[in-house]
Amino acid sequence: MPTDPLVTVRDLRVGAITDASRKVEIIRGVDFDVAPGEIVALIGESGSGKTTIALSLMGHARPGCFISGGSVRVGDFDVTGLSERARRELRGTEVSYVPQSAAAAFNPAKRIIDQVVEVTKIHRLMPRAEAEERARELFRALALPEADSIGERYPHQVSGGQLQRLAAAMALVGDPQLVIFDEPTTALDVTTQIEVLRAFRSVMEKTGMAGVYVSHDLAVVAQIADRVIVLKNGEIQEVGATEQILTAPEHPYTKELMAAFEPVPHVPVEVPHSSPKPILEVEHLSAGYGGKPGAEPTYRILKDINFKLERGRNLGVIGESGSGKSTLARAVAGILQPYEGAVQLDGEELKPDLHERRKDHLRRLQIVFQLADTALNPAVPVGTILGRPLTFYHGMKGERRERRVIELLDMVQLPGALRHRLPGELSGGQKQRVNLARALAAEPELILCDEITSALDTVVGAAILELLKDLQKDLGLSYLFISHDLSTVEAICDDVLVMLNGEVVEALPAQKMSTEATHPYSKLLISSVPKLDTAWLSGLEQDPELVARFTNR
Amino acid sequence: MLRSPTTWLLVGQRLTIAFITLLIVSFAVFFATELLPGDVAQILLGQAATPEAVAGLREAMGLDRPAFLRFLSWLGGLATGDMGRSYVNDIEIAELVSGRLVNSLRLAGIVTAICVPVSLTLGIAAAMWRGSWFDRGVSIMTISFISVPEFMVATLAVLIFAVWLDWLPALSYGVNVDSLGAMLRAYAMPVITLSFVVCAQMIRMTRAAVIETINTPYVEMALLKGASRSRMVLVHALPNALGPIANAVALSLSYLVGGVIIVETIFNYPGVAKLMVDAVSTRDLPLIQSCAMIFCVSYLTLITLADMIAILSNPRLRQ
Repeated sequence: MPTDPLVTVRDLRVGAITDASRKVEIIRGVDFDVAPGEIVALIGESGSGKTTIALSLMGHARPGCFISGGSVRVGDFDVTGLSERARRELRGTEVSYVPQSAAAAFNPAKRIIDQVVEVTKIHRLMPRAEAEERARELFRALALPEADSIGERYPHQVSGGQLQRLAAAMALVGDPQLVIFDEPTTALDVTTQIEVLRAFRSVMEKTGMAGVYVSHDLAVVAQIADRVIVLKNGEIQEVGATEQILTAPEHPYTKELMAAFEPVPHVPVEVPHSSPKPILEVEHLSAGYGGKPGAEPTYRILKDINFKLERGRNLGVIGESGSGKSTLARAVAGILQPYEGAVQLDGEELKPDLHERRKDHLRRLQIVFQLADTALNPAVPVGTILGRPLTFYHGMKGERRERRVIELLDMVQLPGALRHRLPGELSGGQKQRVNLARALAAEPELILCDEITSALDTVVGAAILELLKDLQKDLGLSYLFISHDLSTVEAICDDVLVMLNGEVVEALPAQKMSTEATHPYSKLLISSVPKLDTAWLSGLEQDPELVARFTNR
Repeated sequence: MLRSPTTWLLVGQRLTIAFITLLIVSFAVFFATELLPGDVAQILLGQAATPEAVAGLREAMGLDRPAFLRFLSWLGGLATGDMGRSYVNDIEIAELVSGRLVNSLRLAGIVTAICVPVSLTLGIAAAMWRGSWFDRGVSIMTISFISVPEFMVATLAVLIFAVWLDWLPALSYGVNVDSLGAMLRAYAMPVITLSFVVCAQMIRMTRAAVIETINTPYVEMALLKGASRSRMVLVHALPNALGPIANAVALSLSYLVGGVIIVETIFNYPGVAKLMVDAVSTRDLPLIQSCAMIFCVSYLTLITLADMIAILSNPRLRQ
């Protein structure tokens, strides 16, 4: 006999007011149920409305948004019908929330324990001592270290993975019927993600609470959700059991999402005029921050890095946050002056300092940054952004420059008319293409790509990778490709460097990463990438000692 | 709350910086006044003085020594509490200034005692109910008060309360202040005038600082825990806005010591600002320098205090 659903959402509509004071509908009539004890995932790309829907279960709409129609019922509460004051009763006790970034969601000025037990204080659930005892039990259940004293610290004194689990404890302390997880592991490194996911899963199993898990990552969702709801543009595309969505997706959009997940094996490009010298050679490179330029820095980040990149080939650099990947790109580009070692471009030695490099060297080695939002001047139209390197490197002016700008936009598959627009008027994917076109304007031989697909949705990122491959074929480029996402690196690189604490621990062929890795950290890192398999997390075996050695930073 | 040694290191650093700033400022004050046009000896002796008499007086006053030496001995004097003697009436400057300073501080103290609680309450309340009629009312009021120059407020106050209604004395000084009522009447108008401007500034800046912290994810998190609006603002937003608010208050208050010249003139109130303006017109260099230093010290003290509050209220800096 089917039980009554815990959550009933019918024809939910959420409106938003744009900057131009126009009203738009961002959630367009959504219906779904959540049974007691069930975990339902909301999957979709940015802008699909998944967080908006999740927040509406608590009767909350972010500033500028408002629930404009439909009904949401959670347990005995008619959420949409209640006044804001009455909704307070529901929040924290009936429905609770685990935020995307616990680092931002914890008040920096207050102790963790005070924030964790705050729900019990607001709703007068239990005496303080009892609440603290309950919090410590949850800390233990969530496998937090030093469960008895960790609450006494301030948020900045614990690691990101710990803070995310503390946020879960904060959500569970009021013993809610439903917990909303809003991309709770997206900001974490893969090795940290595993322990957090494991902790979430076991505590949800033990308590029998229902959950709504918001994520863009199908592989993560596969480990925790019973059912998946696929969203696009504020509408439901497909609903199904997790296993069915993974193995037999029906809706074309779900198929597209799955396809973007499948790694397309990289085929090395044949470069006709292969010169004997590598395009980039780095020897004993060391760099850091602080201290005088040229002298040994106060904080050493890169330690004795050596590698070669042959012309027409792609080298991936992988590692977790803080491993020194981006610093490597900055040191090679000369933005951060290395204090030791040499960088050679096509056999010619590059000066450590960017300002002393020859214009020709600058032209041949270009860098593309992660965030196109901050890398493109928001006040200048796209045509001017692309025109500047054309004038600087090639002395182009007037109509000739205009023609070349249109060619460049065409190369990155954007219409030429886009040159009159400002960066703010473009989508995330379009901005990243413009960012890439600016590097191409110099006619480089080597492009350093620093996490250029990380801020993009899976489908958009996959398209950028395709574009990079096409450009490589046409222009004979080489890429140094930095990413924390192993499947992205696999899709475009020939070889891979694994970095840990500023050192290269292992160099591997990209296609055989998982089989040929010998260094324990590479193995740990590679095995930590979630797979599209509901049994992956349960079957994963990692040496706890190794995990402790490499993740407790 | 436990304060670690690094906190005190940070506080010590801030104090050192304040001290160095003071030295640089004293250097600037001394040499800037040196640049003032006109020769003191010439002015003191009048146009009919012979060149010999002027030279003699210059020598007697030590004006013929190199400027840098005079700077050092002036600085040494300041450090030991000797501010020198007035050129004009040959009285110890410490004596000239002390009475005036007490007057200025008394006025500033009364205005502070009124403005700080009123402004913080109104500013925080406006932020709490942002967009409401109350908030709009406060915003309109503060903007109007900031836009009206204070001489206008002062003159209108005199016109209304002293001339038409005859409730309050037009001058603050020289009236009999032996009873509490008389004192209140004497201070009412300068205090009202100053409070208008100072409160308006403080309300606006407090409101902005609180609103900035209200828009953070941790305040949204408090909302999602079921916290009331007042709890969100007072418990979660306010502690994080303390640093900026302290700075806003310090900036407004520092104005009360040196920037009140118009109010002091209109109400004939004998404070330090008026003393300094008089000193400028008589080329009384030691007096100008001393007054300038008093303003600098009070400004620096307030700003340093605000910085310390910011340091001590932030656990990340306190570490």
